[in-house]
Amino acid sequence: MISKELVSLIKKDLLIEWRQKHTLYGVLLYVSATVFAVYMMTGQPEAKIWNALFWITQLFVAINSVAKSFLQEHPNRFRYYYTLTGPATYLLAKMIYSMVLLVIMSLVSFLLFNMLLGSPLVQTSLFALITAIGSVSLSVLFTFLSAIASRANNNASLVAILGFPLVIPILMVLSNLAMKAVMPVYQPGWWSLALVLMMLDALIIICGIILFPFLWQE
Amino acid sequence: MRRNWWKILGVLFVGYTIVAGFLTPVPRMNILNETIRNLYFHVPMWFAMMVLLTVSVVYSILYLRKFNIKDDVISSQFAYAGILFSLLGMATGMQWASGTWDSGTPNYFGWTGDVKQKCAAICILIYFAYVILRGGLKDEDKRAKISAVYNIFAYALMIPLLYIIPRSDKVNSLHPGAKGNPAFNQYDLDNTMKLVFYPSVIGWILISLWVANLFTRYRLLELKKENAL
Repeated sequence: MISKELVSLIKKDLLIEWRQKHTLYGVLLYVSATVFAVYMMTGQPEAKIWNALFWITQLFVAINSVAKSFLQEHPNRFRYYYTLTGPATYLLAKMIYSMVLLVIMSLVSFLLFNMLLGSPLVQTSLFALITAIGSVSLSVLFTFLSAIASRANNNASLVAILGFPLVIPILMVLSNLAMKAVMPVYQPGWWSLALVLMMLDALIIICGIILFPFLWQE
Repeated sequence: MRRNWWKILGVLFVGYTIVAGFLTPVPRMNILNETIRNLYFHVPMWFAMMVLLTVSVVYSILYLRKFNIKDDVISSQFAYAGILFSLLGMATGMQWASGTWDSGTPNYFGWTGDVKQKCAAICILIYFAYVILRGGLKDEDKRAKISAVYNIFAYALMIPLLYIIPRSDKVNSLHPGAKGNPAFNQYDLDNTMKLVFYPSVIGWILISLWVANLFTRYRLLELKKENAL
């Protein structure tokens, strides 16, 4: 029952995204323009800088593509959803929708990075995997912050203000994880770091599910 | 007067810390030397901050259960006082580190780039975002509810930040306690230091609660004046 609601909510968001292609293309253009701007300024940097620039770009892509997940909904429509489904289902649907969106955008920016900024990677598939996992982490965090911002007078800049300090540890862990794919270095404790990331993700989702009902009711 | 015993106790303990902290003998340790006395002032700041922020989160949870605006006032003022003590902890820590840690890159401001220092800085930034969030919302109930949600969320994310990430062995910290052992057992083996350190922790926590208490009472009076309560 719950899963049926979840699936139809995700489908609805993805359908809207597909029908209003201009926003989708807008984000794609944003991604490519950002990567291009980075390329214009740095050319083809060394591996460590490449890694840092990639994750900073990911952060901005995440803010621009995920932040709108709640903000694009008209406040009055929340009341309609309120009659249809529970808060946990709704939040999870939004999170999964932003995950799908951000994984696609991240892989696009990954391709562009490889194309324009050169490819210093030693384990390309591992880096792609970390990119996908990273976009999952970023999307769950920013979806929840977007929910907060949508309640706070639909203030889009609030997502960035609240998100930047909270996202630093996640980016720190991600870029450290990615170093393994970037440089042939011996990294002790890589798996424990991966575990930390998983636990952070789980924590964000659990906190989100517990706290979202308070944002949801008026 | 009887209700204020803890304030008197706080003042006595902090007064004792200041006198005894500078006069009692301390172990002569390499590099640290006399700076080890900063233990009585730097470490209690973080204890006080954790206590204040925990109280703040507890009142945020209480607010979300009962929607009593007084809980929101207490929660927010304790968070503000917590920020004050985190800044003091940062300042005392940086000042200590600038003399005793060699980070390779000499830095006039005492910024050593140690992982604990970075995590503490992130923690301060997270609570600055809380202040900005509250400042941006004009509607009282909305502000109370949204900032309570953010407060709980931020606190839940801060715990792994402060305790797990510095200890995941990827990064080497010069800070004592970086490898999972409690932070100060190598220092206070000395019994005279314990005699000053424990009262100083209790004293500073009491003083910090007093500060937060004053913040809260001031804010409540302000609200009463505006007839908002």
